[in-house]
Amino acid sequence: MSILNEISQRLEEGDDAAVPRLVGEALAGGLAAKAVLDDGLIAGMNVVGGRFRDREIFLPDVLLAARAMYAGLDVLKPLLERAGVASRGRVVIGSVHGDLHDIGKNLVGIMLKGAGFEVIDLGHDVPAARFVAVARERDARVIGMSALLTTTMPVMKEVVDLLARENLRGRVRTIVGGAPVSAEYAAEIGADAYGYDCAQAVERVKELAGA
Amino acid sequence: MAMKPRLRLLGDDLIDRILGEARDVLARLGTQVQNPRVLALLAGHGARVDLGAGHAWFPAELIDRCLASAPRSVALFDVMGRQTHDLAGDAVHFTPGSAALHVLDHESQRIRKPDTADYVRYAQLVGGLEHIAAQSTAFIPADVAERVSDSYRLFLSLLYGEKPVVTGTFTIESFAAMRDMQLAVRGSAEALRERPLAIFSCCPTSPLKWSEITSQNVVDCAESGIPVEFISMPLSGFMAPVTLVGSLVQHAAETLSGVVISQCARPGAPMLWGGSPASFDVRYETTPMGAVETQMIDCAANEIGKRLGLPTQAYIALSDAKLLDAQAGLETSMGATLAALSGINSVSGPGMLDFESCQSLEKLVLDNEICGLSLRLARGIEPREDFPAVPLFEELLRDGHLLIAGHTRRHLKAEHYFPGRVIDRANLSRWREDGSLTLGQRAHAEVERLVRAWRPSRLAAGAKKELTARMEAEARRCGMERLPARPVEA
Repeated sequence: MSILNEISQRLEEGDDAAVPRLVGEALAGGLAAKAVLDDGLIAGMNVVGGRFRDREIFLPDVLLAARAMYAGLDVLKPLLERAGVASRGRVVIGSVHGDLHDIGKNLVGIMLKGAGFEVIDLGHDVPAARFVAVARERDARVIGMSALLTTTMPVMKEVVDLLARENLRGRVRTIVGGAPVSAEYAAEIGADAYGYDCAQAVERVKELAGA
Repeated sequence: MAMKPRLRLLGDDLIDRILGEARDVLARLGTQVQNPRVLALLAGHGARVDLGAGHAWFPAELIDRCLASAPRSVALFDVMGRQTHDLAGDAVHFTPGSAALHVLDHESQRIRKPDTADYVRYAQLVGGLEHIAAQSTAFIPADVAERVSDSYRLFLSLLYGEKPVVTGTFTIESFAAMRDMQLAVRGSAEALRERPLAIFSCCPTSPLKWSEITSQNVVDCAESGIPVEFISMPLSGFMAPVTLVGSLVQHAAETLSGVVISQCARPGAPMLWGGSPASFDVRYETTPMGAVETQMIDCAANEIGKRLGLPTQAYIALSDAKLLDAQAGLETSMGATLAALSGINSVSGPGMLDFESCQSLEKLVLDNEICGLSLRLARGIEPREDFPAVPLFEELLRDGHLLIAGHTRRHLKAEHYFPGRVIDRANLSRWREDGSLTLGQRAHAEVERLVRAWRPSRLAAGAKKELTARMEAEARRCGMERLPARPVEA
């Protein structure tokens, strides 16, 4: 088994001790940081994401794998930055203004990081203007919004409309999710995508970011 | 501190009164036994018999002696010789309902007669169902001669599956073939006696009658060490008193008479206090197995068996519906739940529709989940590293969730039952994206998946050959030169 395969496999098992050690060994063996990231860590998370989607493994398994991924990423990060390797893209996420629920949003954040995205988590109760301002300042490709309450869902439309007014539609794409949200609602307010769970959200963000 | 939830329908005083009345019935009215050999056996052990009338009366002393020699537990072992069942205490094991005449065809949604291919699919499927502990000879293939239809079911089950089998004979003659098939698997009579492979259902006829065949089956099984389950079937208000207590008196009398026949044949012979008592619906002239009163008599009869210290069985967790519909789900769920809470040791019923006469593979897949849920309920609530509570709550408040906490990882799967794909727990959007599948469609997909996942039994090739040779010999004895072609290699 190649060391990249082994990294991928240990990551799938959620072994956050073995993954950084193996990443170190791979680098010492002369492999490029980008190769370790793509063919070891992200490859492993892709397998985990697929197995989760197919209901072969459960959410805790995914989160454990993500934790192992972060442990490996900590070793790689300085090298990636030095080599000028960009992330798959920057994603701004948050629960919309008036909504204090952020469990679903947090899960999406963990999964996005696991898929190689840089995640800027604005937390909960985030006003529309802040989503847009941060996306512009940080050159984010995607804004991800979550709502648990029907009363807070209109903030999602405010964000979409604000992006349009500021001529950012197309450059900054939007994805929405949360218990009361649906694909129909996403289409109705002009959002670019909808994710019914965190695994699907990651797939949609990948499409939006062209990653 | 842990408390396992238990259902109790009868107090001990009432149970003792029911048993007292049942003994009185057997002493004063007796039971018909249409088998001179069995009557002679009973006479030799102290029963009063009338050979000419085919009748036997059981004095209290004989019943007591037989109850004393009856074993308190029955173990079952799979084809590979591994123990799968400890039928004792409150242990609950589910097995598909047995001996249906029909199957529900998924494609046409019509009830039809099954054939060999249907049976092989069933045997392949049941091996993959986690909460169905035993195979049963679930339905009767119609493409073989009737005289071999009992042995042929056992043959296919032993050839394709590994789980032990709940079965029964339809004639006296086929017992030998069905015993010999088990010998082909086990290798010797001693090995079979030490590791029983099958339970045979033996049914008295209500009211208070043992036919020549069933009484002989009880004796034959006892002599070979094959466990039997007595399936007394009083029908409340028709062939039994309309009251539930009256039906229980009759069930107890008929089952006690089975205990006596079995223990006279061989003291210590393995047996289960079983039954399929039922309500009788005087509007439709049917015996609803999904009726709450049927389920109550089943559970109460189990309590009587437990009072006697015997392992128990009941026909419960099945439905009278004709399709895999809401009625099928509700009747089966209610029965399985009550059975699990009652601690019935061997629960026969899953997969069954239409008053024990129609098996459905799709329903069996659903019922497997119902059994899983019921077994989880019966395990109850128990503390696991929950006290003191403060450290875990500190962790929760610190991390914001406990999804990957060590506590979660240690206890997730023991505390929470996660059903398979038949049970829909997706959110609406995901359910739509998955094709908006109905329960029936999901169940059928699961049947297909499990049949594809089937692997041949690990029974030695020599034993399979021997098994097949014995079945072919039995078929020839019954005038059938060739067995139907089997769709896949065993």
